[in-house]
Amino acid sequence: MVRWLVAAIGLIAMATPVRAAEPIEIGIGYLGRAGVQQRLSLVEQPAENDGIAGVRLAVEDNNTTGKFLNQRFNLEEVRLREGEDVAKAATALADRNGFIIADLPPDALLQAADALRDRGTVLLNAGAIDDRLREQDCRANVIHVAPTRSMLADALAQYLVWKQWKRWFLVVGSHDKDKLYADALRRAATRFGAKVVQEKTFEDTGGARRTDSGVTLIQRQMPVFTQQIPAYDVLVAADESEVFASYLPYRTWDPRPVAGSAGLVPTSWDAAQDQWGAVQIQNRFMKLNSRRMTALDMQAWTAARMIGEAASRTNSGDPKKLFAFLKGPDFSVAAFKGTRLTLRDWNLQLRQPILLVDGRMVVSVSPQEGFLHQVSELDTLGVDRPETKCKLQ
Amino acid sequence: MWRRCLLSGTVLWLAAAAPASAFMAYVSNEKGNTVSVIDTDSWTVTKTIKVGQRPRGIEFSRDGKFVMVAVGDDDTIQVIDAKKQEVVDTLPSGPDPELFTQDAAGKIMYVANENDNTVTVIDLEKRARIGDVQVGVEPEGMTISPDGKILINTSETTNMAHFIDTSTRQIVANVLVDARPRFAEFKHDGSELWVSSEIGGTVSIVDPVKHVVTGKVTFSIPGLRSEAIQPVGIGMTKDDKTAFVALGPANRIAVVDAVSHKVTKYLLVGQRVWHMAFTPDEKYLLVTNGVSNDVSVIDVAAQKVIKTIQVGELPWGVTIAPQ
Repeated sequence: MVRWLVAAIGLIAMATPVRAAEPIEIGIGYLGRAGVQQRLSLVEQPAENDGIAGVRLAVEDNNTTGKFLNQRFNLEEVRLREGEDVAKAATALADRNGFIIADLPPDALLQAADALRDRGTVLLNAGAIDDRLREQDCRANVIHVAPTRSMLADALAQYLVWKQWKRWFLVVGSHDKDKLYADALRRAATRFGAKVVQEKTFEDTGGARRTDSGVTLIQRQMPVFTQQIPAYDVLVAADESEVFASYLPYRTWDPRPVAGSAGLVPTSWDAAQDQWGAVQIQNRFMKLNSRRMTALDMQAWTAARMIGEAASRTNSGDPKKLFAFLKGPDFSVAAFKGTRLTLRDWNLQLRQPILLVDGRMVVSVSPQEGFLHQVSELDTLGVDRPETKCKLQ
Repeated sequence: MWRRCLLSGTVLWLAAAAPASAFMAYVSNEKGNTVSVIDTDSWTVTKTIKVGQRPRGIEFSRDGKFVMVAVGDDDTIQVIDAKKQEVVDTLPSGPDPELFTQDAAGKIMYVANENDNTVTVIDLEKRARIGDVQVGVEPEGMTISPDGKILINTSETTNMAHFIDTSTRQIVANVLVDARPRFAEFKHDGSELWVSSEIGGTVSIVDPVKHVVTGKVTFSIPGLRSEAIQPVGIGMTKDDKTAFVALGPANRIAVVDAVSHKVTKYLLVGQRVWHMAFTPDEKYLLVTNGVSNDVSVIDVAAQKVIKTIQVGELPWGVTIAPQ
């Protein structure tokens, strides 16, 4: 209707030189949480705009492309505080945006998805790595751009096995998500031929992460915690809660490398990634945001780029058309990882290589050579089609 | 020493007697920060020239006197004197230059600047920057139509071939191609534009008049997953009948029937094959193998790899002196 009106006005204004048609507007909402999780290392403390900064860059990139296709991308950001109604916020965003990029905890993500189910708004999960969101709790209107815990754990396990570090000492935090990560790591060990020779829980007894004399205590505590362990090659830590893992490197009783939540870490992106043209996006990101690009930034960038990619391929701004393209066989997106990324059609999870980083350098990229798959080697990472519990409806 | 004198004497004599056979190929080594000079008679590296940081795009000037090499991390293009075989000058290219092309007269150069979404126009005689064209995200591939009227630039994240009128420096058309377009090449008769898409895994055939994709070259190699097939450099024979396409980490050159757009053969070369250049007599095609640090020589008529030459670290681009 609006389009007709614009055309009519155009006709009336014939005397003036012909102008380009009004651009097609494509709304992208961003639904995140207020505040950031405290990290053990001050260097790794996330910025306030962690994630959304990636979307901003992608919207800029999409608009550069959109210039040539008469498409314009707009971004609307909402941050939820503790206790705020996620369904309400998501519905309000969906009034103006066909796509919502979400960085939410798993339950909040499901609430948002269910609230939007009937209106056909698509959620792109950029933050939650929980496998259950792609398995028993999968939703037909949620695309998962963030990798899963099992993808991260498999990526690490493939490298450790390739390195012949097959005997693992697994240290697990006492919070739920630490235990979930440990589950993924145990599963990965079984899949790829590693063995957990000993497992220990590191209890979170509370207390501040930053103190003025913390180091003295940690230096005594960590060697004691890691002594009298059967012969092992590598200590694998599951500490998503950021309680202890970063204290382990160089402090273990036996001189052993650390991996998992500290030391060699599996991640979707790192500021040190410079292969496959990545320097270009690292530079663009730095120029726009005056800081380096994190994994969450990249996941959010990729989500917004997927929307842009679908819009340019279909030459449309209709969310239904774009979603159909994203789910279809012709969709792929380039994201500076040396290969095209595609969606697993059984649960709408984005296939992607996983980087293994040490905080300064990219040590390796999984899948590792020799881990074969009949469809895509990227499907050696995470839960594969025959094992899936997801039934998209 | 005697040997060296004798040898170079012989080469000189040969060059004078039979100018058609000996050519000089210049190879940019992305990691080595050097350019290797290959003699196509002896198939040996005769000199290694130190250049700036991260040399990639490399091309002879039209008169054959200079070799220009884009040194991206130094934000400039260096000029190598082909006689002295050393860097003698630099050009104001704009930030992070990667690939470039020249007009037929060799007076104007167009450079893709990856970092700021522009194509920079340089007057080669004045060595001055005379204009910019705003293009898509991460401009990369550059070529010019045989009639000199249209400049093509491909942008890697926008996934387009931009058609730029060389007289007005305005974009006249944008053609969407598959993901991460890296290289563009016209047929010599101007009837088709070929654009390789590294991540998409295809080469798009574009009608340069109608500005539409009319066909695609697709690749399939038994035993190799499709993601590993990443087309980059393209070489077209002068009769427009045969094209060679470098397939990156697939470690192969595809030989393509340029009329039917079907692959007729895959030639195994070194690891991560990037770009290529024909000798002016079109007897040989030299291709750079980025990971195995060598250059493969292909006998064009026989469609066979006949030689491998070790060069510097991570060879990327190659150019051969015109006759």
